[in-house]
Amino acid sequence: MSKARIRLPSTAKKGEVIEIKSLVNHAMESGQRKDSAGNPIPRKIINKMTCSFNGKEVMNATLHPGISANPYISFFVKVEESGTFEFAWTEDDGNVIKETAQITVG
Amino acid sequence: MTTNLHLDRRVARRTVLRGAATAAAAAGTVGLFGASAFATPEKANEMMTKLLGGKTAKEGRVTLTMPQIAENGNTVPLTVSVDSPMTDKDYVKAVHILADGNPEPAVASFGFTPASGKAEVSTRMRMAKTQNILAVAEMSDGSAWMTKTEVKVTIGGCGG
Repeated sequence: MSKARIRLPSTAKKGEVIEIKSLVNHAMESGQRKDSAGNPIPRKIINKMTCSFNGKEVMNATLHPGISANPYISFFVKVEESGTFEFAWTEDDGNVIKETAQITVG
Repeated sequence: MTTNLHLDRRVARRTVLRGAATAAAAAGTVGLFGASAFATPEKANEMMTKLLGGKTAKEGRVTLTMPQIAENGNTVPLTVSVDSPMTDKDYVKAVHILADGNPEPAVASFGFTPASGKAEVSTRMRMAKTQNILAVAEMSDGSAWMTKTEVKVTIGGCGG
């Protein structure tokens, strides 16, 4: 099972720009490789990632097979209030991996 | 009589040659679609135009930080940052990363909002061989900016 890891500060000042680091354990099978019998291994990657804060989308990413296995993405968000970050990674077969993280702004 | 024969032979030779050229062209086409075709600088540019909806990007405002030499093409770190105030009126809408020597020219696209605060993103990509990586930024005012950097790859990361 794919496991997601998120790292962000637990507290921030109002209006501060914070860095969020995310990593998911995933093979990101590119569809270019062949197995030992020479048959192509079908593509299975995470093709989309989204990050929302208190229900509003703040960042989205469209990924292609050129992204490495265990996709790592770090980005920035300006926080104005306390709340919850929701992360979602969508696989080629439609399966969605979800994770949340809290931040206290004061 | 001799002259005539000579002429005939020349015509015949030309016909044969033309036939051979057509056959070679056909074989070339088959080869191109049969094998997994790699992206070329032209394909990367085509993909960039497609992602930008027909617009062309000017050089500047985008910084792409990558190692000059990547020992392992399976995971090459990269950071793209765009010079923008990231306000409601003036912000970076999207950043696209393209490769001109990978099996697929598109690598990733990132969408930002004014709430991003800073138009900067880091990730790790695969590289099949030494090639140019392009980073393109789409601004809220409709302009597009880009930068390009060459990364030398010691061991490619698309093996099978």
